[in-house]
Amino acid sequence: MAAAAGTRPDADLGAAISKRRFKRVGESVIKLSLVAAASVSLFTTVAIVTVLVWESIPFFQEVPVKDFLLKTDWQPLFRPVSFGVWELIAGTMNIVLWSLVMALPIGLAAAIYLSEYADPRVRRILKPLLEALASVPTVVYAYFALTFVTLDVLRPIFGDSISIFNALGASSVMAVMLIPTIASISEDAMASVPRELREGAYGLGATRLEVAFKVVLPAALSGVIASVLLAIARAVGETMIVAVAAGSTPNLTLNPLASIQTMTGYMLQVGLGDAARGSVQYRSLFAVGLSLFVITMIFNIAAQIVIKRFREEYD
Amino acid sequence: MAVSLPDENFTLQATGRVARRQAISRASKWVLLAASLIGVVVLIALMTDTVISGWSRISWSFFTSYPSRFADQAGLRSSFIGSIWILSLTIVFVVPIAIATAIWIEEFAPKTRLLEFVKLNLANLAGVPSIIYGVLGLAIFVRLFGWGSSIIAGSFTLFLMILPMTVIASQEAIRQVPPSLRQGSLALGATEWQTVWYHVLPGALPGIITGVILALARAAGETAALIMIGAFTFIAFDNTSIWDSFTTMPIQVYNWTVRPQEAFRQNAAAGILVLMVVVLTFNTAAAALRERFRN
Repeated sequence: MAAAAGTRPDADLGAAISKRRFKRVGESVIKLSLVAAASVSLFTTVAIVTVLVWESIPFFQEVPVKDFLLKTDWQPLFRPVSFGVWELIAGTMNIVLWSLVMALPIGLAAAIYLSEYADPRVRRILKPLLEALASVPTVVYAYFALTFVTLDVLRPIFGDSISIFNALGASSVMAVMLIPTIASISEDAMASVPRELREGAYGLGATRLEVAFKVVLPAALSGVIASVLLAIARAVGETMIVAVAAGSTPNLTLNPLASIQTMTGYMLQVGLGDAARGSVQYRSLFAVGLSLFVITMIFNIAAQIVIKRFREEYD
Repeated sequence: MAVSLPDENFTLQATGRVARRQAISRASKWVLLAASLIGVVVLIALMTDTVISGWSRISWSFFTSYPSRFADQAGLRSSFIGSIWILSLTIVFVVPIAIATAIWIEEFAPKTRLLEFVKLNLANLAGVPSIIYGVLGLAIFVRLFGWGSSIIAGSFTLFLMILPMTVIASQEAIRQVPPSLRQGSLALGATEWQTVWYHVLPGALPGIITGVILALARAAGETAALIMIGAFTFIAFDNTSIWDSFTTMPIQVYNWTVRPQEAFRQNAAAGILVLMVVVLTFNTAAAALRERFRN
């Protein structure tokens, strides 16, 4: 064996080295393709911004930015046409407000229960059940909102004072969809609150409920805020539920019983082919899309900043 | 023995205000549990309602019939086939690109500002509403590239939509692989790529597959983005090419939901049952996989 190794060591070494070099060339090709793959997501962002801005320009040449941002009347289809985006933003705010009013207490209760009360067996069942709420396709929620919630529940309660298409039906179903977002992120935050804080409070004679609400909740507050910001971003961007159940009449109101239209609802309406291509109505799609993108971006970035702060607090 | 015993009524039982606080705390457990269950109970109630109204429509012909203006003759055939085409193509695009992106971020990228920006960008893209991806697909794939409202345009749109969440899931899976595996491999003379290919990726694979399945479940239920690129159409043929126009199951459900006639609502309910079976199968598979490879 020693003889075999000793015969032509240089050649073996040379072969090994050249193989090595070949591998290195191969590796840099691989690394380059990894970089190329990673750049896809960067290009996506660039493409989204470019498309929205570029396609909005012709719209804003016809409709002054001032009118878009200051007028309160959104009437794209009938003369005199008017493109005041606030009516659509109000529709979105209406949905966000009422869905959060319902989802926040329920989501927080679930987070507190899972983090402070549930024993591991209950947790193992309850957590995936809650997460299942987030995996239901939104068109299914849309069907629920229109048929079951509005026709079978809200109509009998409110009678004719509530329209078939109304904000409340959409909001209440949206709330179900938002519960897991709020619950799981808040629960993560509560789980990372140091044990010593709880033990200190128990040592002073606090009950479980008092520990949960007066110690853990305040300590996890930034996580809770982040979960709410993300829930808002999701509610703002959700399309099918509001398009099907909330109506298609732009309405400057926060009244949950009214028929409204959100930014996403309007965009879908255009996408369904209600406006001729090249018309100002069609171009308004991109201006509304740009507004929607900016608003969701603000909430998403705010949520990430808050989460980052929170991580720094306890890590 | 001078120990004075407490009087006979003494107990450790709290009294007065303390007792009340403890009682409230004990009761709170059940109140919070009830609140946690509201969403789940509502979903179960809604699904039961859907089963009741849609069950009678579930039959073999519901799967083999094309859409129709007569509710009792309409079926899922073209939208089911469209969904399969769209999902298959989406998976072909998303798997290599998502894994490569995650590997680059976790294993190769220099720790610079650029990397921070790439990560932030991914998190933001994951939060972009699906309808915006639809507008992007409409402007780029349908019009700029001239692909029309075709299967290829739809899959590219969904690919971009689910890419961020797939990358993030893959990153997490790769981070779970212990550093000692990498160090051992490198110490034995493997190159960086060999280390990734033979040690990191196999270890991360279950997590990556879980992420891909969950992302596909989202794509399977996506409606708004595909309506934006023009998939809300009447399709009465079987798709045979990526350049075909198409429709998908969620869009068919939407179509039936917004019709005023009760008979179409029943079709919508039946379509929802099929859609939910598909989505729940994906999710259960992902959950089972995660559970199996927990350690």
